[in-house]
Amino acid sequence: MRTITIDPITRLEGHGKITIFLNDEGEVANCYFQVPELRGFEQFCVGRPVEEMPRITTRICGVCPEAHHMASVKACDAVYHVDPPPAAKKLRELLYSAFYVADHTLHFYALGGPDFVVGPDAPPAERNILGVIRKVGLEAGGKVIELRKRAARVVALIGGKYVHPVTALPGGMAKPLTREERDEILGHTDYFVEFGKFTLGVIDNVVLKNPGYVEMILSDVFTHRTYSMGTVDEKNRVNFYDGMIRVVDPDGNEFVKFHPRDYLQVLGEHVEPWSYLKFPFLRKVGWKGFVDGKDSGVYRATPLARLNAADGMATPLAQQEYERMYSTLGGKPVHHTLATHWARVIELMYAAERAWELARDEEILSDKIRNVPTATPDEGVGCVEAPRGTLYHHYVTDERGLIRRVNLIVGTTNNHAPIAMSIRKAAFGLIRRGAEITEGVLNRIEMAFRAYDPCFACATHSLPGAMPLEVEVIDSDGTRIAFRRRP
Amino acid sequence: MKEQERFEPRIIGFLCNWCAYTGADLAGVSRMKSAPNVRVLRLMCSGRVDPTFVLRAFQLGADGVLVAGCHPGDCHYQEGNYKALRRTLLLKRVLRQFGIDERRLRLEWISASEGEKFARVANEFTEEIRALGPLELTAALETGPALELEEVRA
Amino acid sequence: MSKPKLALYWAASCGGCEITVLDIEEKILDVAAFFDIVFWPCAMDFKYKDVEAMEDGSIDLCLFNGAIRTSENEAIARLLRRKSKILVAFGSCACDGCIPGLANLTTREEILDWVYRGSPSTINENGVRPQPKVRVPEGELEIPEFYEEVRTLAQVVPVDYFMPGCPPQPPQIVKVMTAIMTGAQLPPPGSVIGAGDKTCCDECGRTRQEKRVKRFYRPWELVPDPDQCLLDQGIICLGPATRSGCGALCVKANMPCRGCYGPPPNVTDQGAKMISALASVIDSQDPEEIQRILDQIPDPAGTFYRFSVPASLLHRRRSAPAA
Ligand code: SF4
Ligand code: SF4
Ligand code: SF4
Ligand code: FES
Repeated sequence: MRTITIDPITRLEGHGKITIFLNDEGEVANCYFQVPELRGFEQFCVGRPVEEMPRITTRICGVCPEAHHMASVKACDAVYHVDPPPAAKKLRELLYSAFYVADHTLHFYALGGPDFVVGPDAPPAERNILGVIRKVGLEAGGKVIELRKRAARVVALIGGKYVHPVTALPGGMAKPLTREERDEILGHTDYFVEFGKFTLGVIDNVVLKNPGYVEMILSDVFTHRTYSMGTVDEKNRVNFYDGMIRVVDPDGNEFVKFHPRDYLQVLGEHVEPWSYLKFPFLRKVGWKGFVDGKDSGVYRATPLARLNAADGMATPLAQQEYERMYSTLGGKPVHHTLATHWARVIELMYAAERAWELARDEEILSDKIRNVPTATPDEGVGCVEAPRGTLYHHYVTDERGLIRRVNLIVGTTNNHAPIAMSIRKAAFGLIRRGAEITEGVLNRIEMAFRAYDPCFACATHSLPGAMPLEVEVIDSDGTRIAFRRRP
Repeated sequence: MKEQERFEPRIIGFLCNWCAYTGADLAGVSRMKSAPNVRVLRLMCSGRVDPTFVLRAFQLGADGVLVAGCHPGDCHYQEGNYKALRRTLLLKRVLRQFGIDERRLRLEWISASEGEKFARVANEFTEEIRALGPLELTAALETGPALELEEVRA
Repeated sequence: MSKPKLALYWAASCGGCEITVLDIEEKILDVAAFFDIVFWPCAMDFKYKDVEAMEDGSIDLCLFNGAIRTSENEAIARLLRRKSKILVAFGSCACDGCIPGLANLTTREEILDWVYRGSPSTINENGVRPQPKVRVPEGELEIPEFYEEVRTLAQVVPVDYFMPGCPPQPPQIVKVMTAIMTGAQLPPPGSVIGAGDKTCCDECGRTRQEKRVKRFYRPWELVPDPDQCLLDQGIICLGPATRSGCGALCVKANMPCRGCYGPPPNVTDQGAKMISALASVIDSQDPEEIQRILDQIPDPAGTFYRFSVPASLLHRRRSAPAA
């Protein structure tokens, strides 16, 4: 038996480890994807005042603190039975949309996109943001920096701070938006929309015009037929901030649509002894192991899954591209993991257009941004679509609003089983007896993983601790024949 | 329990110069029987007892900390002992959250003439801490006292 | 002359410190041009063995973020200490233990028990728990073991400079990097850099009258006056127990400071400092009334030590707190 370990997988936020065992014939015997860290937020938040949670849980992840800030404050609203004024909700959604634009941009240009844009066989030194810039044009680098700067500014203007915003509290927001601030934001949202269009152009020119890539996207190695989960508005269109959660089966038919507060009826989490991260699944279908198909409770909650779970996008340009993607890839639902990159750019476009609309809504200037809670606090679930999957915060408090119990299902965690399966499938499909295990092969395995944009800072919300991702190939006699460890 | 196995608590007493310290001194001079476990540090006022001193004492190996000042209304700096009162009550809550029994921190008002009260408090507190057992935040004191203590022997 | 070498590393970290460094905008290009970045896992492809192969002391500057929770965090901290001339504890996690350090108010056992058994979404009839070494049919798998507690970087290796903040704010990072790049004289080792030498209150701009209060409010209970000190209005604000440097960001956004810049100069224990500050604010001399007022502060340890339990004098909880 031989083992391959990829450790760590670079260009992702957080850490993880892949171990591939080969049998005597040199074929893949099995493949494990391990998350070697755990943090403990659910336990050490016990005893904290619930209104502090939006400022505590941001530290689960510095990549998507906005998602935790929002899911947390929505759980607080529910705990106190208070409905924030419309202006507060709009401020939150505007902040959140700006964050989405920044986060999807980071992933597309710096983390997962390089595989897609520069190509999987390019040398590692090329597969990074600099490689993307070379391929797409020099002005792209400047645009990405400018975009992130503007998005950070919008988040800071509304949230008080860019990394780890602070202004959301039960019943609304702490700080109104002034007219000057709003006027500044108008310009930023224009930029978001232009940037979204530019990025759609990149997909078109660099990816779709290259038949080799399209073939790779459609190849079986990168395909998994699973359930898809996402949040939808009242018209079943994609929404990031609020709505009902819809799950469609592998054929695209609605399997369940539920209010986030009922998540425990729909979701369960499975435990394996070799990973600190749990594996969520659909309870009604059941945990059947790392397999896809209709009889397996494994689901995905990624940009692609959200598009699959919805009937369309709520803004015009995003809707146009949504239709184009499905007609190009052969109709709904799409199960090709690498198409997630395309779906992510469609979401980027939607977030940009949504931010643009919200910034132009005069109500956002209202100073009625807080309803002071009056009810006795007890229990609440708050949910948003984090970029890496549906994010659930569930709090139970005593009558003073002190936390008694916390349960979290975090973006990346939703996709833990599918990630493991995608890696396994790529390993089975790409590693063959006798053939040399090239950089390109290992990178394709990583690609299967990076399409999910996994973020283990998030997923391991359970003890502080971080480990890099490694892939190790171990021979049938236990010798290590290949090792990749990117700290 | 056999004598040599008996746990001898280490107690740090922060005493205000004007009342409590004088009271303790009186207890010593009058040869009242007072537990030797309380090692005394003299401060100008109980209001000078920064919560850091108390935490530091625990961290360096104290099993109990006594803060003693003038009776309400008698503080030479007007407000010092009330400040000490508020600090102590708040600090006790923090100690509890850190898993340290709040009885390990004790606040007493002892006037200059209450030598007997000092002796009683020192004895009572020593027994109470003895019953609670060692705190063992650190073994630092095993190698000798890390604090520069001005000790008052009863 | 070869360029000075820079390393950045994340231990038990949320990644926010890294994002902030990436987002110092155009300045990041200057930094990238000035230094030879020899190790930066978040953004570039270098391996631990590359660092191991370096000569001791050959990294000129290492910015280390994240706390120490696992044996691996500790091993890398030791490795980077050996290889680096200047080791900077970057961010609140590395300096003081930060919010993840609140885990020191609970135990590893309690965490594992809740996550893998107690939590309502967990379905685990056989009571499976992740193990450091597991035999699977094909071989053995390992995951690291966790220490019982969270430690700061300085509790594990000697640290040259401390740069507080969760995360350190971009203008402060730019200031520090500029100073280093222009060869400015650095303060003596052990100093705090990239922060002010006063308290957060000095940057806050609200009118502080040091009023006495009889009632504390939770932030959700009260819409505060935007120009008056929050503490004067009865909202617990860590401003007086926190070092300046962020520009009082939270307070300017109408939310109380929670202390991410760590204790102010000459203060060892941030919580103790806050206890003192509050003792001066409470308007009562009657023990029972004081107790009633204190009841309005529901989580003193978790509030006063929000960012600094591991760095505090008590460091962690010792036994189950009395009910
Ligand atoms: S200091 Fe704050 S931003 Fe930096 S790693 Fe720690 S939690 Fe994240
Ligand atoms: S206590 Fe808070 S609100 Fe008051 S002056 Fe200080 S920082 Fe400002
Ligand atoms: S106001 Fe306080 S909590 Fe907020 S950033 Fe500044 S130091 Fe940190
Ligand atoms: S002088 Fe004795 S308590 Fe103040």
